[in-house]
Amino acid sequence: MKHWLAMLFAVLMASVGSISVSYAVNLETYQFDDPNKEALFRELINELRCPKCQNQSIADSDAPLAKDLRDRTYQMVQQGATKQEVVDYMVARYGDFAYYRPPVRLSTLVLWLGPVLVVLTGALVIIVRVRQQRHEEVELSDHEREQLAALQSSGQDNDHD
Amino acid sequence: MAQPNRFKWLVLALPLLAFLWLTIFLLRGLFSDPTELSSALVGKPVPQFELPDIYDPSTTYTEAVLHGRPMLLNVWATWCPTCRAEHAYLNKLAQQGVYIVGLNYKDDSRAKAVDWLNTLGDPYRLNLFDERGAVAIDFGVYGAPETFLINANGEVMYRHVGDVNERVWSTILEPQYRALMADFERAGGQP
Repeated sequence: MKHWLAMLFAVLMASVGSISVSYAVNLETYQFDDPNKEALFRELINELRCPKCQNQSIADSDAPLAKDLRDRTYQMVQQGATKQEVVDYMVARYGDFAYYRPPVRLSTLVLWLGPVLVVLTGALVIIVRVRQQRHEEVELSDHEREQLAALQSSGQDNDHD
Repeated sequence: MAQPNRFKWLVLALPLLAFLWLTIFLLRGLFSDPTELSSALVGKPVPQFELPDIYDPSTTYTEAVLHGRPMLLNVWATWCPTCRAEHAYLNKLAQQGVYIVGLNYKDDSRAKAVDWLNTLGDPYRLNLFDERGAVAIDFGVYGAPETFLINANGEVMYRHVGDVNERVWSTILEPQYRALMADFERAGGQP
C-alpha cells in the first residue's frame, strides 16, 4: 500500500514538473531587440483577456480578435508604451473585462473582499462557539453527582497503588 | 447566560439571508448571457477615425459622419452568418426611415462585400470599410454583428451584441432611438 502511494506521489510530482506554459498560438513572429520589451509583451498578453473568448488570455487564444490585440500590444510595446498605458488602452475599449486584474470599485468589491469575509465569518463562528462552550456550566443531577464522587474516590484509590 | 439568546435570531437569520442572496445571484447567472458585454464606450464620443467608403476607395470618411443626428452604426461582414440573418430586417428598418451607417469589419474582400450589398440590398446611408479592423478595436468591437446607437452629438448611447431582429428592435433599440429622435426634432434638427 505504501509503495503504491509513494509511486503515485512520484508520478504526480513528475507530471507537475513537466507542465510548462504552452501557447496555442505562434509567438515567434513577434521579434524584439530589447529583452525588457519582450518580457513586458509576454506579461501583458498573459494578463489581457480575449474579449471574444470567455476565459482565455490573448496569449492563449487563436481567435482572430486575440491576434489583432496581440499585434496592437506588440506595436504599443515596441513604441515604448508602459504596461499601464497598454492596459488602459484595452480597458477603455473593452471595459474591465479585458484585464484579468479587476480594479477595486464598488461593483468589484465583492471579488476583493469576498474571500476575506468568508474566512473572517468562519473564524468568528469558531470563536463564538468555543466561548459559548466554555461559559456553559454543566448542571449535574444528584445521581450524576454521586457517580462522580464514586469515580473520584476510586481514582484516588488507584493513585495509592 | 442571557447573552447567547439575544443573538440567537441573528445566528439563525444570517445563514438564511446568505442563502437567499446566493440563490438570487446564481439564479440570475443562469439566465444571463456571459458573452454579452456592455460597451466601455457608452456615454463617450465615437472614436476618431479615417476610413474609405466601401464602394469608392478614393472617398474617405471621418468620425464627423457619425455626428449630427441620431443613428445606428451596424458592424457587419460577409463572413458572419448572423449578419446575413439580420440583413433583411435592417433593410426593413431603412425603409421605415431609420438612419443606419455600416461598418464593414475585416471582410474577406471589398468585392465580396459590395457584391453582398448589390444582391441583398443596401440599408446603409454610407458604409465604412475597415479592412484590418483597427477602427473596430477603437469601438471595442469583439464580434459581428454589433449595433451601436449614437446620438446627435456623436456619443455612443447603447451597444447591442448579436443580430437586430423584431424583438430586439421593438423592446430595446426602438424606444431609445425614438427618444433620441424626439430630442433631436425638438432642437429643430440641430444636434
